[in-house]
Amino acid sequence: MNLTSEFIIDASFFAAAFLFIYGLKRMSSPVTARSGILVAGAGMLVAVLASFLYYFGVNDAALPHLGTNVVLAAVALFLGTAWAWWSGKRVAMTAMPQMVALYNGMGGGAAACIAAVELLRTNAVHQTIPLVLAVAGALIGAVSLSGSLIAWAKLDGRINGVWRIGGQQLLNGAVFLATLGLGIYIVFVAHGHADPAIVAAFFVGALIFGVMMTMPIGGADMPVVISLYNAFTGLAVGFEGYVLQNPALMIAGMVVGSAGTLLTLLMAKAMNRSVSNVIFSNFGAAGSEEQGEIKGSQKPAEAGDAAINMRYASKVIIAPGYGLAVAQAQHKLYEFVKLLTDAGVEVKFAIHPVAGRMPGHMNVLLAEAGVPYDMIYDLEDINGEFKEADVAVVIGANDTVNPAARTNKSSPIYGMPILNVDQAKQVYVIKRGQGKGYSGVENELFFADNCNLVYGDAQKVMVAMIQAVKSLEGGGH
Amino acid sequence: MDLATTLTGFVALYIFMLAAFTGYEIIGRVPAILHTPLMSGSNFVHGIVVVGAMYALLNATSTVEQIIGFVGVLLGAGNAAGGYVVTERMLEMFKPSDKKSAGDAKKA
Repeated sequence: MNLTSEFIIDASFFAAAFLFIYGLKRMSSPVTARSGILVAGAGMLVAVLASFLYYFGVNDAALPHLGTNVVLAAVALFLGTAWAWWSGKRVAMTAMPQMVALYNGMGGGAAACIAAVELLRTNAVHQTIPLVLAVAGALIGAVSLSGSLIAWAKLDGRINGVWRIGGQQLLNGAVFLATLGLGIYIVFVAHGHADPAIVAAFFVGALIFGVMMTMPIGGADMPVVISLYNAFTGLAVGFEGYVLQNPALMIAGMVVGSAGTLLTLLMAKAMNRSVSNVIFSNFGAAGSEEQGEIKGSQKPAEAGDAAINMRYASKVIIAPGYGLAVAQAQHKLYEFVKLLTDAGVEVKFAIHPVAGRMPGHMNVLLAEAGVPYDMIYDLEDINGEFKEADVAVVIGANDTVNPAARTNKSSPIYGMPILNVDQAKQVYVIKRGQGKGYSGVENELFFADNCNLVYGDAQKVMVAMIQAVKSLEGGGH
Repeated sequence: MDLATTLTGFVALYIFMLAAFTGYEIIGRVPAILHTPLMSGSNFVHGIVVVGAMYALLNATSTVEQIIGFVGVLLGAGNAAGGYVVTERMLEMFKPSDKKSAGDAKKA
């Protein structure tokens, strides 16, 4: 490779690594977050453009194919970018978690492809350490690819329910060990010159393991799994970066690997579960657990009455859940909230860490409706305020406000931190019907003395509430 | 692996260790409100894998390698572009309340 292009490549990768870290740093505050992604995006652009300079330094063996390879690279780059740009622009905010899972799986697949090319090259002299990392990255990347695809299909409603067979753990273990065995064979017995059939079997094994590992996990746990696969892909990219001696891949991959691991732990902690518990237990499909009988009855309330009650309250806290977004009611909700704040009511939004389909997802959905982020509070910041609130409104949420998590040891959600809405003077729960939450657990909050239920589609209920308050103001003029 | 830079042994370990701490420190301070855009943002960052796939594809010597390399670049580009677009879309929506920013403007 000539020195100029080599220098440009190295300098570009250095710039990219800096811009990634600086961009992620800026993403850590809502004020600077948007500029953060622009900075990181610039880094990506620089690195991808520089990668075309590899043209001047290819192996002698690849020289006869170079023309074809460059065309292929440009076409693949264009097609991948165009499809992702198009799909990313049109995906609904509610569908964001599965889209992130899909893009993440693609990254894992790319890392696995790099390893595959490396392991299939017959003319190369392989050293043990790069081989170990190539195989490890291939395994992790392939698991991330197939696992993320299953996570995407589940959250997107393409695969329903939980797929489980007897002896699942045993079978998963067997597939994993077989794949690992093939990997060890490739590195230590074949020294990187294994028969292509064996390399193919290794990749197929890893892909199957990713599927089998993800299939038994229920929808409620999927965010933790997506975050875990995000960390996996980061790790795989870092490992393949070592194999290719590319510091930008090593740094970016490892930064994401550790950041993703931390994010996964934070999410699991928010649900009061361990990561291994999420992967190996079957909580996501709970519901078969014994549940104590709940005394009392559910008391219905009219939307208009509830709205007027809130209009004359001094402090209202709203606890939204995913049901709000499903009903596409967040815009109407914010319209209603603006009426309340205009009338001098103090309104705050309380967000449970796992509200929505991913931690922070509800913040995105509220932001989409125009709710300013300084009206939105995390669980730890707001939980002490519920007892001062006149009204707490629960919209499309269930498990995240279920007091059973505090009291009922037999409940599958026992120990999960919840929003203390039951401590407000009056609680209104807006829900479609008398169904249970995502985890399938009955909610004793709905039977509490200070709780009334407003039945109906969240959007229609919000429209009725807006009308009730407006007609009140209209009469006053 | 005939590139001039050698990042083997402990040099590689140093890079991995420092990068791991960097990631840990950056994410540790992020408020929960930003967790979804942040997961998506970190997802975008490992889209840099497309550069590695470019290297593999440009150095491909057989049809099989070309096919795998092509798929790798395709997937990597999808990861990078998709991650960027959705992250940017989400972060664009985060805005402070008008009242507060108006108040700040008055103060300033």
